[in-house]
Formats: sequence, structure tokens, C-alpha cells
Amino acid sequence: MNKLKVVHYINQFYAGIGGEDKADYMPELREGAIGPGTAFAAGYGEQAEITHTIVCGDSYFNEHTEEAVKTILAIIHLCKPDLFLAGPAFNAGRYGVACATICDAVRQVYDIPVLTGMYKENPGADMYKDMLLITATGGSAASMREAIAKMIPLSLKLARGDAIGASAEEGYLPNGVRVNFFEKERGSKRAVDMLLKKMAGKDFETEYPMPDYDRVPPNPAVIDLSKAKIALVTSGGIVPKGNPDHIESSSASKYGEYSIEGLRGLSADTHETAHGGYDPLYANQDANRVLPVDIMREFEAQGLIGKLHNTYYATVGNGTAVKSAKAYAAEFSQKLRADGVEAVILTST
Amino acid sequence: MKLEIDNILINDIRLSDETKIEKGVLYVNPAELRAQLLEDPHIRDVAIDIARPGESVRIIPVKDVIEPRVKIEGPGGVFPGMVSKVTTVGSGITRVLKGAAVVTAGRVAGFQEGIIDMAGVGAAYTPFSQTCNLVLDFSPAEGLSAHEYERSLRMAGLKAAAALGEAGKDAEPDEVVVYESLDLMEGAKQFPDLPRVGYVLMLQSQGLLHDTYVYGVDMKQSLTTLLHPTEAMDGAIVSGNCVSACDKNTTYHHQNNPVIQDLFEAHGKTLNFAAMILTNENVYLADKERSSDWAAKLAEYLALDGLIITQEGFGNPDTDLVMNCRKIEATGIPTVLITNEYAGRDGTSQSLADADPAADAVISAGNANQLVTLPKMDKIIGSQAYVDRLAGGFADNVLADGSIVVELQAVTGSTNELGFGCLSAR
Repeated sequence: MNKLKVVHYINQFYAGIGGEDKADYMPELREGAIGPGTAFAAGYGEQAEITHTIVCGDSYFNEHTEEAVKTILAIIHLCKPDLFLAGPAFNAGRYGVACATICDAVRQVYDIPVLTGMYKENPGADMYKDMLLITATGGSAASMREAIAKMIPLSLKLARGDAIGASAEEGYLPNGVRVNFFEKERGSKRAVDMLLKKMAGKDFETEYPMPDYDRVPPNPAVIDLSKAKIALVTSGGIVPKGNPDHIESSSASKYGEYSIEGLRGLSADTHETAHGGYDPLYANQDANRVLPVDIMREFEAQGLIGKLHNTYYATVGNGTAVKSAKAYAAEFSQKLRADGVEAVILTST
Repeated sequence: MKLEIDNILINDIRLSDETKIEKGVLYVNPAELRAQLLEDPHIRDVAIDIARPGESVRIIPVKDVIEPRVKIEGPGGVFPGMVSKVTTVGSGITRVLKGAAVVTAGRVAGFQEGIIDMAGVGAAYTPFSQTCNLVLDFSPAEGLSAHEYERSLRMAGLKAAAALGEAGKDAEPDEVVVYESLDLMEGAKQFPDLPRVGYVLMLQSQGLLHDTYVYGVDMKQSLTTLLHPTEAMDGAIVSGNCVSACDKNTTYHHQNNPVIQDLFEAHGKTLNFAAMILTNENVYLADKERSSDWAAKLAEYLALDGLIITQEGFGNPDTDLVMNCRKIEATGIPTVLITNEYAGRDGTSQSLADADPAADAVISAGNANQLVTLPKMDKIIGSQAYVDRLAGGFADNVLADGSIVVELQAVTGSTNELGFGCLSAR
């Protein structure tokens, strides 16, 4: 196997040029590995070689970001590395932002695998952790050895295009993408251990940080129902008999759009449920129980509502990711709006 | 309450003219077992087969998995209120045919689900690739309602496990484990310095085809209640749940509840396993409010210092999980939750249908939406005809080489929320 060519980005401090007084140092290309790069080079051994190091002052990068990025991209164009490394930056804020910014630019412009490392509270991590893999490091350079030990195998995997495991296995900052892997201990044992820590007031790390839950305020009431066009939408899986669109019984990959024009109600002959998460018997006997077309037609005839929209939208809520459900609704809501629908009755199961 | 579990290690099952255990092999007389199961007029036929670890065998669709056991000392019998009289279990001696399992399969009521692969990629995701399985492939009688059929299938599995368990009476156990849960006063006296830890076991009770039975009682009709952990280990809880193979608790899971085992393991060392609370996952909001109120009230009443809460199923029960957590945390008692995730096939969606900042300590049993390709197996027990309609299946999911693509959801026990396995996600 050929040695992978690596270009490494570091700041003026790690290049041994100086501290804050030299922070306006302009980007510079050097041959070979410098500073932390020598530890990377030792770790890579025969697998990869740091051919060049780019040195740039933190103030220069952050105050002249556009020029700095442009210069560094030009250097990358010349070096054509197989992998681009930056840092690790630990908790140094401007260095972290520089590392993440330049990694993102190199990735976007040249599609070259990139890796940086920093402390989870570094502002660079906040800005880029959902776009890049960033190795989680300690807060200071005291954890350099540990950081490099994590970055070497992960960077090699990235450079070779190997499958990347979960954040907990590979040591990168959680990036919002949930990846399965096998833990060493079973879940129940991990729960007991976590509870002991939590009860004792010790640090513990949840395996699933709760998201900010998206709560939707209801729309204002419809003022005059007798003039309103109302649509039915369901996540209860009511579909024409035979499920023509093959909507999955769980984890639906689509929604259906079906006409109820001329129907006074649904029946066991015309409709059924595709939903696998509840007892389908009663919905299959009488699908109006989930999608109340019959009662809506009565209301329409009595003038209680203006009109029942002749198209209904249906998907299966069972096991369907929230993100998918949101995408379906965003799409058919536009259709409902275009069709002049003023209110929707949304039924589940 | 003290329960002795005597494990007879079973490393193979073979069909024979006599049901017995010899040198770690369970011999089963299929004619006798079949005749016993066909006493139920709702069952037209049952084919009996064996699936062993490592064999190129797929069992599909799977309903329940049950561990064969026999009670040899102390009150009660196996599966009280279902197979035996309702006498309280959880003490005395129970013999376990460890390594053996009864798997009920064939067309199940409602939507089809459950895959157990004994070899290949799928085997890593299901614990039942590691057991020697006696598979009962049922055909229902004509004109049976889904609910009658579910009941018959459920009872047949329990009866078969009890029948096989009888063979344990004449065998010598290979290992003995003793579990003892103390009464509240005695526990406090023996371990005054250890935190008093409880366990809230949430049981699926959303309604027909989604039920769990405790001493024969349909759990959706029960208020939140208490149980000795050894009762749960001794067959007091059985599954009637036919939905979502990956995260339903089979009867086997209840018999071998890992949270109970691991709390007992730590009992007297780092914690005092003081109490176990059983609650349900009903569909009506009033039921959810009442049950979670009671879980919090009992936790406080028992003066617990911490609780583990486990969920069964997903979606609707996520709200029960979050309510239990929020209300128990509000009493000042810390909790840890075990759940699984539905983060989408690409892992980028929010994982649960509900969330709360109080749920700051969560164990993940993995993302059930993740796709897995299961290689073609030499032998299918049951039928692969429904593979596109399993929960976790989709149209055209059989590839040209005979392998199938499903979400992990379709694999029995893959993301079990009792923390039975090691699968997780980050």
C-alpha cells in the first residue's frame, strides 16, 4: 500500500514561532512534520507521511479569514494530499475555529478527507461538529498524546474510505447522526452503573441527550365552519384496499394521496389500514373509525362544514422517524393550502 | 423472598421417542407434544422443528420465545394464572433448561413480524441465535378471529415450555444461583448505608395484540403495583405482545430480566435493591396520567433513592416513559431510563416521540430504523412470504441473491429495552 500523503495545519504557537505576540503570522508552507506533527508521523509509521505543514497565526486567520482560507486552499491544490489534519486545538478558541473552518473549506472545495480535534466546549466545535468529524480532546495540551492516539486511527479510516463507527467508538464529538454499535456491557449493567453515578452526584454521560422538543402551537380557531373547506389527514395508515402505494406497516418511507370524491364513507370493501402498530381489526372492519369520512359527509350535507376536501393524505406513524413525518407534512401542507383548505382534522390511531 | 434457580445446561435438542434430558441434550417426543398442543381446537396443525446456534436457519415470523422451566420446590407452578394456578411464585426452587427455548412461529395475528437468524449477520442482533430452539410452526383453524388465535398461540407456547420443563425434574442441575429480595424493613436494617434502588418495569398494554399478563391479569386493567423481583424471575409475567419484534419483551426476556439480575448482582455491595414497581402503557391519556402518578407516588412512598425505568415498544409508550421520568424526578428521586431509538435509516432524526429535560440519564439500546442485510439461509422455518410486510420490512426487499434487507426492527430482541443486549447508538 502506498503511504498516504498528509498535510497538517497548526498555529504559530505549536510551530514554535511564538505566542500571542506572533499571532498575526501569515500562512506559510513548510516541508515535513513540525511540533505535534512529529507525534502524528511517529504514530502513522509506514501508513502515512506528513509531507507538509501549514503554519498560520490565530489572529491572522480569524481577522483575515477569507484571505487565509484562499491562501491555504491554494497550497492544498499544489500538495494534493490524501488527508488534511488540523490541530488538535484543545480549548483554544481562535485556534479551534481556524482548524474547523479550514477543514470545512478543504472538504468542500477538494473533497479531501479532513480531521481536526478539540475540546467539546471550543467554539469551533459548536460551529462545525455537525458538518465535520472532530475528535473529542481534553481541555489542554496535557492531553496531546491521548488526542493524537484517537486521531490517528480515525484519520486513517477517513483517508481510506472505511466505514466510520459510532462517536463513542471512534472518539469524535457526537454530530447528531445516530450510529449503532455494540457496547462491551449489556444495557442493564450500563443502567445500574449510570444510576450509581447519578445518585452519588458524580459525572455521567447520557447515551441519548434529549433534543429540544418541537412543540407546535395550535392554529387559531376557524371562525365560520359552515364556510370552511376541511381536509382529513391521518397517520393511522388508512389506504385504499390493497395498499396501492405499498406504504410500510412501520417506518413509512412515503405518504399517500387519495381521492374520496363521491364516497359517502369508507367501508371494508374500499379501505383498510397499512399501520402495523395497532390492532388492525377494527380499522379494517370500518376505516371511518380512523378516517371519519362518513361523519364529515353528514356534516357537509347538514351545512355544519362548508366542504370536505376530496383528497386525503395518509401515512403510517408507526416507527416512522420524526424527521420523515415532518418532511411529508411540509410537502402536503403546501398542496392543501394550494387547494384552498382552511382546516385539517388530523387523526392518529 | 428467596428463589433458587437451578440451571441445567442444555447444548442440543433432538427429537426422540421420549422427552428427557441426558448429558446436556434435551430429547423431545414430538408426537406427544403435538397431541398435547392440538387439544386446542383453534390450532389446526403444528410442525415441530429445531434450530441450533450456527445453523443456516431463519425462523420467521416469530411470535414469542419462552424458556422451559419446572418448579420443584415451594409454592406455585410455572406461569401462574396462565398454565398453573395463580399461587404466588418467586420462592423455593425452579429448574431451568438453560440454553433451550421454545419459539412460537407461523402466521401470527395482525401484522407479521419477528426474524431469528441462527447464523450470519442477523445472528449477532438476536439473543435467540445463541439458544437451541424448539420451533413450533402453527397453522390456525379456519374462521378464527385474530384475538382468539393470538390467545391460542400464546397459551400453546407456554404449555409447550411447561411440558419440556417437566424433563428437568429428573436431571441434575449444573449450576445453582440464589436470589433473595428482603422485605423493606429488613433491607433497610441490613444495608443502612446503601442507596435504596427500585426498578420500574413498564409493560406493553396498548390493547389487543399488545398485551402483557401478570399472574393471568391483563396488565392494562391493573393499577401500577408492586412485585417481588423474584416473582418476575419465576414466570409471573408473560408476553401477549405481537408488535415490534426488536423492542417487545418476549416471555423469555421477562423470565431472564437483565435489570433484575444486574440489580441483584449489585445488591448488598453498592446498592440495596429495595423494590420493583410494575406499571402499564395504556393508550388513553387518563390512564397514562394515573399510572405515571402512581409510579411516582409508590417510588416516594417506598423512600427510594434511585430508579431504573425500562420501556417496551416505541412511539406511544415514549410518552409513558417520559411521564414516569418527569414525575419521579420531580419527587427528587434520580432515574435512569432504558429505551431504543427510531432515528431514521440515516440516523439523523430525533429518536423518541417525546422528550423532557428531566430525562438526562438514558441508556440507548440502538437505532431500530437502521437497515441490515440478512444473507440467504439454507432453511426457513415458517414462511418468508411476509418479509416485505413485517414491521421493519418494505416493498421489494428481497435481493437477487436471496438476501433480505430489513430495518433492525424486524429482528427479534435486537433493540430490547430491558438492556438485554449490548447494542447501542451514539
